[in-house]
Amino acid sequence: MTISVWPDNKPLDVAAIRDLPEGERAEQLKLVAKQVRRLVVQMIDIARAGHIGGDLSVTDALVTAAFGVLNISPETADDPGRDRLILSKGHCAAALYSVLALRGFFPVDDLETFMKPLSKLNGHPNRLKVKGVEANTGPLGHGLPIGVGSAVASKLSGKNWQTFVFTGDGELQEGSNWEAAMTAAHRKLDNLVVIVDRNRLQQGARTEDTASLDPLADKWASFGWEVAEIDGNDTAALLKAFTQNRNGKPLAVIANTLKGKGVSFIEDRVEWHHKVPSKEQVELALKELA
Amino acid sequence: MNAHSSVSNETFDCRVAFSEKLIALAEADPRIVAVCNDSVGSSNLNAFRDRFPDRLINVGIAEQNMVGVAAGLANGGFIPFVCAAGPFLSGRATEQVKADVAYSNYGIVLCAMSPGMAYGELGPTHHSIEDLSWMRAIDNLDVLVPADPEQTKAAMDWAVKSGRPIYMRVGRHKVPSVTPADRDVAFTFGKIDVTGDGSDVALVATGTLVSRALEAQAILAAEGILARVLNVSTIKPIDAETIIKAAKETKGLVVAEEGVLEGGLGAAVSMTLSENHPAKAKFLGVTSFAPTGSNDFLLEHFGLTAKGIADAARKLVG
Repeated sequence: MTISVWPDNKPLDVAAIRDLPEGERAEQLKLVAKQVRRLVVQMIDIARAGHIGGDLSVTDALVTAAFGVLNISPETADDPGRDRLILSKGHCAAALYSVLALRGFFPVDDLETFMKPLSKLNGHPNRLKVKGVEANTGPLGHGLPIGVGSAVASKLSGKNWQTFVFTGDGELQEGSNWEAAMTAAHRKLDNLVVIVDRNRLQQGARTEDTASLDPLADKWASFGWEVAEIDGNDTAALLKAFTQNRNGKPLAVIANTLKGKGVSFIEDRVEWHHKVPSKEQVELALKELA
Repeated sequence: MNAHSSVSNETFDCRVAFSEKLIALAEADPRIVAVCNDSVGSSNLNAFRDRFPDRLINVGIAEQNMVGVAAGLANGGFIPFVCAAGPFLSGRATEQVKADVAYSNYGIVLCAMSPGMAYGELGPTHHSIEDLSWMRAIDNLDVLVPADPEQTKAAMDWAVKSGRPIYMRVGRHKVPSVTPADRDVAFTFGKIDVTGDGSDVALVATGTLVSRALEAQAILAAEGILARVLNVSTIKPIDAETIIKAAKETKGLVVAEEGVLEGGLGAAVSMTLSENHPAKAKFLGVTSFAPTGSNDFLLEHFGLTAKGIADAARKLVG
């Protein structure tokens, strides 16, 4: 089985997207997001494992940040002043790996090794094995403190890079996030953005039936953050939020998303946290993502 | 020639040497920063803060965040010295130490201030007696226990030079200098410093227990029992060669540490012996949650004294 990407084998020039005018950029990002979703489904099909629901919900935000806003490329992977993209919801590694492969950090074909014995593409990302991975996440609530440290380092070094941290919503039940939220606001880290993948589902149930998070925007605002609440599956809205004025504060983007976005029978269903689609379902999913 | 150098009455709080050295290192290397959890005073960082206000990152009472922030700083090119009371650094932030520091392979120096039972009367919640076990269990994390101010400073030099993930105890309980005058460097990573070549018994000690082992060596010498003292300042990786040599050349070993026996120095020595040269040994440590009392009182309570070590040695060779 081989991974297929880009219809008619006509790849987009993903490196050029960042320089396009905003409207055009959003349209191109949609195309990239669709490819990432196709890759995620194929990876999970081959591995017969993975976290498909969260991968598909976070895709648009990841793609918008990585291809539309941040200075992230294989050429600058070791540049001390590069922007940092931290996937705190590390179980959605398939989405991150797909983004990195499309950006040229490693061959797209390597995605076929996802979770295979001795693969560099572990079920959770490892910075020492995969260029472009900034943090070894997996246990939840780790990415934001690391992001805060990165944002402090950015100011202290005078290199002024951006740090984007992607968290789940259920993940915000971990207290370490709120410790970090206090530090970020206290230190006025306006170079730090947290994107909450607000799909309202966690592994076992709806967040609001487990340990409710609402009113979530108010929580971040009360901690001293600038807040944007948007449609997190809309690349234009994401672009706007990522580049908005932060008023000297760290920015929390509450990205309202659908878990499983893009595949009708997976969308917004708790059982698809890490369920693996059957071969028939994979075909159906790829048809929907064509 | 093999008689131990007598232990001085003058004693030192290793945190003083630590803070002086940290400032010196920071002056020489702009990458060095301090990260702490509202522990500026207890970590003796006031002078550092005055000298480098921007390079002291005090995250407040939030240890998980503290270690994560250090990882982010390391990602951004800095060398963080994370300074916090041992029990909270090792206990509250264990997962961050594992994932964000060791598994991520960052050059971060986790400085466990006031370890062991330094907080005496504050009780077992504030005693850091499990830390060596917990930290030893984490792959790719070096575990250091300097025994005096000279070793503390030399270990810090090593930490910066090596760029390794390191957990290091920084003692508060006052100890005499135990570094022999003829040593070129007070601390050599991965090497046990041996005092004497006594062939009756080996006294294997770390941190606060090293000076007590040296005192025990003198007590035993007066009775005609010849001991050698092994100062283990690198707990992990353990210097197996020196331990095996001591086992081969003596009738047994007494191992003493200010910590629990399940997983610390004693366990490291025990595994080394079992696999290489089974020998008689007696392990001294903190065997229960402590009652109320000062650090000195509690060391006495658990038999972690020169007398306790000498008693164990006599039984072993007797």
